[in-house]
Amino acid sequence: MSEATVHEAIKKTIEGNDVVLFMKGTAKFPQCGFSAQVAQILNHLGVPFKDINVLEDQSIREGIKTYANWPTIPQLYVKGEFIGGADIVREMFQAGELHHLIHEKGIPHTNHG
Amino acid sequence: MPMDPSEIERLIEARFPDARIDVQDLAGDGDHYAVRVESQAFKGKSRVQQHQMIYDALGGRMGGVLHALALTTVTPPD
Repeated sequence: MSEATVHEAIKKTIEGNDVVLFMKGTAKFPQCGFSAQVAQILNHLGVPFKDINVLEDQSIREGIKTYANWPTIPQLYVKGEFIGGADIVREMFQAGELHHLIHEKGIPHTNHG
Repeated sequence: MPMDPSEIERLIEARFPDARIDVQDLAGDGDHYAVRVESQAFKGKSRVQQHQMIYDALGGRMGGVLHALALTTVTPPD
């Protein structure tokens, strides 16, 4: 698959789902500490999200890095927009900004802090 | 593959001469770092852009030889 095709597929995924987490492993069984951390934060906020396991697809694993010009996984997308990796998501969560963003974007979530 | 902490510092300093850089070797194995960078260059940039600037300064090592690097970027107060 060409990079353009992969990028197109990624675009479709992040535009078709409110919250998407590209991660190593799955939401239930993360296979990397950084991925686990972001999944845990989303679970804590009660935000349903689509998990994409990059370990299952090498083309996505490489393509997602060039898509956002971001060299690492996990990567969180909200309403089609790249939010950040593990460090940024944790910082935003701790500052209450992530909850604010989720709320502002009108994404259903169960924990209203 | 481990990377020397002074090398991380050197690469960031080369790009951001004003930066205050703190590199911590978290596990003592030369493979798990926490890096804090404070620079005027971050002013007006989003967090994503700030991190991209550092990744760029590290010249493609992030995600490669540098797997575990926890990054904090800070804009100095006026």
